[in-house]
Amino acid sequence: MGASLPETTFTTLIMNRFRSSEPHPSPTLTEDSPDTPLLLQIQQLHTPQVGPLDLALGAGELAQVAGPSGAGKSLLLRAIADLDRNEGLIRLEGQPRQALSGSDWRRRVGYLPADPAWWADTVGEHLQPGGEHWLEALGFGPDVRTWTVDRLSSGERQRLALVRVLQNRPRVLLLDEPTANLDPDNTLIMEGLIRDYLRDSDAAALWVSHDAEQRSRLGGRLLLMESGQLMESNG
Amino acid sequence: MNVIALSPLDLTLAALLVIALAALTSRVGMGLSKSLLVSAARTVVQLLLIGLVLKTLFEHAALHWVAIMALVMLLVAGREVVARQGRRFTGWWAYGIGTLAMFVSAFTATVFALTVIIGPAPWWEPQYAIPLLGMLLGNTMTGIALGLDRLTQSAWQQRRVIEGRLILGQTWTEAIRDIRRDAARSGLMPIINAMAAAGIVSLPGMMTGQILAGTPPMEAVKYQILVMFLITAGTGFGTLGAIWLGSRRLFDERERLRLDRLKAG
Repeated sequence: MGASLPETTFTTLIMNRFRSSEPHPSPTLTEDSPDTPLLLQIQQLHTPQVGPLDLALGAGELAQVAGPSGAGKSLLLRAIADLDRNEGLIRLEGQPRQALSGSDWRRRVGYLPADPAWWADTVGEHLQPGGEHWLEALGFGPDVRTWTVDRLSSGERQRLALVRVLQNRPRVLLLDEPTANLDPDNTLIMEGLIRDYLRDSDAAALWVSHDAEQRSRLGGRLLLMESGQLMESNG
Repeated sequence: MNVIALSPLDLTLAALLVIALAALTSRVGMGLSKSLLVSAARTVVQLLLIGLVLKTLFEHAALHWVAIMALVMLLVAGREVVARQGRRFTGWWAYGIGTLAMFVSAFTATVFALTVIIGPAPWWEPQYAIPLLGMLLGNTMTGIALGLDRLTQSAWQQRRVIEGRLILGQTWTEAIRDIRRDAARSGLMPIINAMAAAGIVSLPGMMTGQILAGTPPMEAVKYQILVMFLITAGTGFGTLGAIWLGSRRLFDERERLRLDRLKAG
């Protein structure tokens, strides 16, 4: 964990190989433009409740997913993170998912569930070293690692869970209502932080949100999910 | 040996004590009297039968009879492990994991003790082999049953935590580590307690039996120490093996937590 240097080299290598490769058969739901190379490419993903669906995300892209509860939004994120059994082809930077172990895949495709789990006594036991600027940006002092998890509010848990997943430096973020328990100020801070991360790391995000105002703030593509199917929305 | 033989009358007198207890529990309405009497009757029948079997086995000592006896003991113990699981694995795994672990550990320990340590001639001499294997299987069975039960129950209850760890990119071994340690502890605790209490709080049954049968106390003590160590090793390795196999089975090749491989308890 946290061996960022070889990972980066590896990623660059793959990226280069990917960029020089022949043009991909353009999947549906893709805005094909030459300067945003495909980062995540999903073809025929399906589980008993979801899909089959295709989806592609470019580097630096943020796509939002909306839809009624029970439509399968969380199940879609779980399937992409390979937590539930699913079939279909998923490539990250051109590399098929099967080329990586499940744990390596989940480190690159960071899933932030709506209600993340905490298991140890203190916050610090859940965090890796580093990432102090994220903690600071989200309003935590240096002593946050010594805090006990029991005393965290749900908003604090949500913000710390974001830092925890960012510490893996994922290439793709799967966010399930990451600001549901936050006050307006913290919501804006968190949105900004995620945007900065996507820009600085050329990462992509799939963001499930129920909040219409947030959707218009975030912009980008909006995907509608209904009974396991995904549709591009222009509204 | 200078054993005082027991007559049927002697046993009847002892049985009266149990009947008196059953009568008392029935009077106070504790609802235990029936199971007390049924278990007591089962003890009499089962032990008489095994006595006959052992008598025949000792008289016709042959390796294949000892092997068949050992196999039957193993299969019954495997069933017993399954019966004690709250959430057992689906299919043959429930039976297979416990039985395989028991077979490897208890049989290895027994054969090792017979061939290297005790050394009767022939090494499978039923008078030594069967009681030794019985004690080892019985204890290993308890350890494995407790360990597996703890493993599957905890995995079920803590699935959010396990998946929370997987989400952060931990491997399946890291994600189940704490649960595995707790399961190993609960499987091994009985034998660790038994070793710690031996001779002070309790006089172990095997040693007591040998002394009653006229063995000099120091000889009985040495046998008891040997048996304790064998049981510890058999239980320990068997429990660890079963927990390893079981926890492996809880995850698939993509390191997903697969609780659908457990039957709802």
